[in-house]
Amino acid sequence: MGKRNRNVGIIGIGQTEYSSHKEHQNQVEMVNEGVRYALEDANITLDDIDCVLHGNMELFEMVHQPDMWHSLGSGAYGKDQLRITTGGTTGASLVCAADNLVASGMYDVVMAIGMEKLQEGHTTGGITNMADPLWFRHLQTGALTATTATMMMEEFGEERAKRAAMKYRIMMDKHACLNPRAHRRFGLEYDQTDDLMNTSPQLVGELRLIHMCSQSDGACVMIFASEEKAKEMCKNPVWIRDHITVHREETFNNFGIEMPEMTHHYAARKLFERNGIKNPVEYFDVFEMYDPSAWWGLDWAREFLLLKDDEHIKLLEDGEFDLDGKLPINPSGGVTASNPIGATAMLRPAEAAMQIRGDAGPQQIKKEVRHALASGFGGTLWSVLMMLEKDLDWQEV
Amino acid sequence: MEISYENTKNCKVMTGKMALPNQYFAGRVGSKFIIALRDENKILGVRCEKCDKVFVPPREYCEKCLSKLDESWVELSNEGVVMNYTVVNYNDKHLPRRAPYILALIKVDGADTPFPHIVEGIDVGDVKVGMKVKAVFAGETTNTIRDLDHFEPV
Repeated sequence: MGKRNRNVGIIGIGQTEYSSHKEHQNQVEMVNEGVRYALEDANITLDDIDCVLHGNMELFEMVHQPDMWHSLGSGAYGKDQLRITTGGTTGASLVCAADNLVASGMYDVVMAIGMEKLQEGHTTGGITNMADPLWFRHLQTGALTATTATMMMEEFGEERAKRAAMKYRIMMDKHACLNPRAHRRFGLEYDQTDDLMNTSPQLVGELRLIHMCSQSDGACVMIFASEEKAKEMCKNPVWIRDHITVHREETFNNFGIEMPEMTHHYAARKLFERNGIKNPVEYFDVFEMYDPSAWWGLDWAREFLLLKDDEHIKLLEDGEFDLDGKLPINPSGGVTASNPIGATAMLRPAEAAMQIRGDAGPQQIKKEVRHALASGFGGTLWSVLMMLEKDLDWQEV
Repeated sequence: MEISYENTKNCKVMTGKMALPNQYFAGRVGSKFIIALRDENKILGVRCEKCDKVFVPPREYCEKCLSKLDESWVELSNEGVVMNYTVVNYNDKHLPRRAPYILALIKVDGADTPFPHIVEGIDVGDVKVGMKVKAVFAGETTNTIRDLDHFEPV
């Protein structure tokens, strides 16, 4: 871990509701709604903010430099501002950047805004322009793949794998139904498992429509402050302990058929090693994961939690990822429920921090949450993994 | 070996064309402004009492003090002043007029903020800062800010 110059606390969180369409407000107004909620939550005004970070997906709404014209609603007038756009990880990168900017001493209070209005653009049109124009652009299919489904069915048997992926999906919907801000709340029941496994339309192979994340509109805004300021301004700041960003593009090509270590696993291994976390399932009280599909969510639980063989499937089958389980995953309902992409990866630490504060609302975990894990994910296997703490009492390793 | 766009024998060039269909929701406040422009040929603004400013085009919240403004509508004059201008001298498909034409910042009477629009009915060499102009509305609606077609000297 790099030397942390000073600690950084999360002192404000604001979220709009997430939905498939928001005709009643334009982008500026949606950003403004998130900003107002975050300032109210922190009980501060724009005067207290030193720097504004803005992030959304390139090309998704076909807008250019939205950080500039969103300043009519973002509160960035007269302040320092940076735009960050790292694909699906944008929201998490905004949090990492805010942490770095405050920890470094550059700013005392930073406000980060993640937003997306997917209804207004064409995501696949944007995403297919991400790949190397020479080798891959002409072969891009966007974000849909059944590779994980196929691999899991090979490893665990078709029936068990399909059943587990659907259990994960229904669990996420049950969590989403508690979250008043969640976009898709179907009210699914576990006795619909067989029906959904067979009737939900297939997108690619065994990746079915019901498994896949939504396309949502919404904004998430977080405010970060130095330890000194956070203690002065906020009764219950949530502390950022550490984070790591891992990605690989070239290794798709360079390593050929030899499967390299997944970025998720690498991120978790390095992060836990340098923080002395021996057993993540025991240590963490909640995990807000960027799970773009039910298949990926379940598979990545193994990678992020450094589990072996079918341990992750057993934990799911035994209900240990439920709200009252050993390690609840995505009390918010996760990404299959709400996916305003530029905000999605920020929602993970935001919801995790609310769990630590104990004011997450109807989806609040009943037992005390002291240690939280949050992840971000983006195209070509970008992984961001972040540790949040209730108390400033961790031991440096 | 010369590397250039023309040298396709030795150096390939990938040509691309992005198709990015999109829409933009004007929202309640923006829609009210466009509808007033279209149906009544009126320019509306919103007043922030706290900052003592009238904004046009309107916004839901003041960008400085975050006061809610969507109930404080003000009907503004169709006449205003050229605050600054430039002359567009090149032609391209996305431009609203053939060059040369005047693009100006116009502050209508009663507003504190100017907004950009086209000035016509005058030689491009004769436009001046401080010149009084009035709005000319479009015959056919596009449901955009272009329902105000242009400004011309009073």
